[in-house]
Amino acid sequence: MSDLATFRAETRAWLEENCPPEMREPVRSDADICWGGRRFQPSSPAQKDWLDRMAARGWTVPDWPRAYGGGGLSPAEAKILREEMRTLGARSPLYSFGISMLGPALLEYGTEEQKLDHLPKIARGEIRWCQGYSEPNAGSDLASLATWAEDAGDHYVVSGQKVWTSYADKADWIFCLVRTAKESKQGGISFVLFDMASPGVSTRPILLISGYSPFCETFFDGVKVPKANRVHHENKGWDVAKYLLGHEREMISGMGLGARGETALIDGALKAIGRDEAGRLADPLLRGQIALFDIRARAFAAMSERFMDELKAGQAHPAQPSMMKYYGTELNKARHELVMAAGGSAALEWESERSHGGAKPRAWLRTKANSIEGGTSEIQLNIIAKRILDLPGA
Amino acid sequence: MPLFLNEEQSMLRDTARDFIGDAAPPSHLRGLRDANDPTGFSRDLWKQFAELGFTGILIPEAQGGLGLGHVEAGVVLEEIGRNLSPSPFLSTAVAAVAALSDTPHAANVFPGIVSGDTVAALAIDEGPKHRDHIALRAERAGNGFRLSGTKRFVTHGHIADLILVAARTAGAPGEQAGLTLFLLDRDRAGLSADAHRLADAGLAADLVFDGVEVDADAVVGEVDAGAVPLARLLAAGRTGAAAELLGVGAGAMDRTVGYLKERRQFGQPIGSFQALQHRAAHLYSEMEVARAAVLKAQQLLDAGDAAADEAVSVAKAMSGLAATLAVQEGIQMHGGIGMTDEYDIGFFMKRARVLAEFFGDANYHADRLAVASGY
Ligand SMILES: Cc1cc2nc3c(=O)[nH]c(=O)nc-3n(C[C@H](O)[C@H](O)[C@H](O)COP(=O)(O)OP(=O)(O)OC[C@H]3O[C@@H](n4cnc5c(N)ncnc54)[C@H](O)[C@@H]3O)c2cc1C
Repeated sequence: MSDLATFRAETRAWLEENCPPEMREPVRSDADICWGGRRFQPSSPAQKDWLDRMAARGWTVPDWPRAYGGGGLSPAEAKILREEMRTLGARSPLYSFGISMLGPALLEYGTEEQKLDHLPKIARGEIRWCQGYSEPNAGSDLASLATWAEDAGDHYVVSGQKVWTSYADKADWIFCLVRTAKESKQGGISFVLFDMASPGVSTRPILLISGYSPFCETFFDGVKVPKANRVHHENKGWDVAKYLLGHEREMISGMGLGARGETALIDGALKAIGRDEAGRLADPLLRGQIALFDIRARAFAAMSERFMDELKAGQAHPAQPSMMKYYGTELNKARHELVMAAGGSAALEWESERSHGGAKPRAWLRTKANSIEGGTSEIQLNIIAKRILDLPGA
Repeated sequence: MPLFLNEEQSMLRDTARDFIGDAAPPSHLRGLRDANDPTGFSRDLWKQFAELGFTGILIPEAQGGLGLGHVEAGVVLEEIGRNLSPSPFLSTAVAAVAALSDTPHAANVFPGIVSGDTVAALAIDEGPKHRDHIALRAERAGNGFRLSGTKRFVTHGHIADLILVAARTAGAPGEQAGLTLFLLDRDRAGLSADAHRLADAGLAADLVFDGVEVDADAVVGEVDAGAVPLARLLAAGRTGAAAELLGVGAGAMDRTVGYLKERRQFGQPIGSFQALQHRAAHLYSEMEVARAAVLKAQQLLDAGDAAADEAVSVAKAMSGLAATLAVQEGIQMHGGIGMTDEYDIGFFMKRARVLAEFFGDANYHADRLAVASGY
């Protein structure tokens, strides 16, 4: 057997033995997700076991170096691990902005000290991070942000307001864009990290259309941030911000991939609608819509595989995450429209036991944010047009 | 295997791009059409394909071919598509070769394909839409069979040297059991071909089989088990058509994006208008996703993977959807000039329409995928 075939066999065996059956079921709701952090309360012993076992192997971040809590896997091995997890239907052991966003940025731009300090805690799910980018007057036009960081020698004093800060009220630390110079829009931004328990930080949750309240207004009133917490050079934070956004987009694009093909959608439709005499979904128009969606979803799964392969080989166009984000999120919205259509009135129940606390309609409503968060679809199309197709600026 | 072309495949693509772009660009198709050429393609060009080894791309080296796979065949087909080059490459070097591989016919037929002397046609469809509905009858007669029925949409059917015919030796239309695949030469008593020019200026024939007699050795594979070689033929043909569609879509998109940069209105290039930028960027996304789906199908076919069959339907449907969008946006964004015969973009629209129909359209393949997935 080749090394990779051996690795695959061992990985499969290990997952079979170590992934609890409950962790092989799709995530039902927000409450079901393991986010880690200081205040993390596992929803079940299985969830805790799964996180601990995966973290012990470095498999929450399989391709990070071992020195930083990772698994040290090669790209080919990491791909095998992903495939085997998908085959088993295994949940991700840990959802984390630290893994998908801050980690890659620290690996690229952090000092050795910063890496050793933060990365292992991210890998083990000990510290939960939030993202302080958007402000009331800086959304799509992110570089116009105004939160001010006053130079006070060995530290900054940060004041201002962020908005749409997901889970700011539950996070332990924040990675945050602040203005350190007023003369230049993009060239006056710095990237800093600080503890949300610092004096002067306050948050206020905002209720969403899903009935959940996962994001916040975040206020900074003279927050003291040591300069050692700045990543990369002063006024060069925009480089870090953009690099991180590429990874955020990549992560969000993955939402366009059904956990296990489209089986959940199809099973749901069959259950709600039934079959005709020929054994087909008894609503021919809906069946056709699902089938055409299935074509796109599978084609996008191939695209995701290609994108990962190209990324690992250093062959992907740097703006390709925009395409992935655009396509994946539009697809995910389309999927949830079909889930709702297939479920009919049964998919509408908001608080009932039968509906698992409104899992379907809440998930449907949540997906509407996919094409807004991390940069809207329109912004992604702008980027593709300018940076990939090289179309002229207006 | 990573899902992008390796170095050798990229080199083959460059060779194919240079050669086909030179020898058979859209002006070649235009010339054939203007001359009302009765063949539908250039025999000369087919010979040149042979000299480069392209005609034997899927034929094993031991039988004189290049011994390459569907990825490589697709690389050539994409360039054929990009240039709208009329060619029997898909039917002959891809679909027919796949059907005949590992059968006793290979030894007789492959040398002619390798040398560029043989052109094969595929007689599969019987109605205006591609369906699993084969009714043409093959009755036992003496030492062989007698074929009666009609086939439609047989590209090159009127001039092909060899014809692969899917016929029914048992069972009822729609069933897989009872099919038999036959290989016959065109000059047969009782076989008539009526060629029609299609929208894309190519030719496709209705073939009428009026008690055409063939020997038992015309059977490809086993009697009543023609579904097996037919499945090979269809998988290769569909994947190949998908690659060609990708080329047609890419050719249309490249021209369109080029035009957006060059055409000025309101004192600026039209490509600076966000409404058009967004549509071009959307089109780019659809084309990239289709490209990945096609390569996935090619790789799985080459690996003999059980998942290939569904991937083939995804590839054919997705490339059809993406190429259709590419040609529609192509004409629209060209404005009035896009509607002129003089400008090439219209030729892309016509070829995409034909290829989208060939071997089943997106709806057919979506339905097929649904059935395979149990709904
Ligand atoms: C669920 C969710 C979670 C989020 N989490 C976080 C977080 O954790 N941290 C954080 O910092 N931010 C977060 N955001 C904020 C998110 O990044 C912004 O909402 C997003 O960048 C859009 O900015 P905006 O809301 O100000 O919209 P606007 O920029 O005001 O956009 C309004 C509309 O105008 C369009 N538009 C704007 N500019 C252009 C243009 N140049 N061309 C064409 N159309 C344009 C947009 O596409 C949109 O349709 C989150 C958002 C959501 C919905």
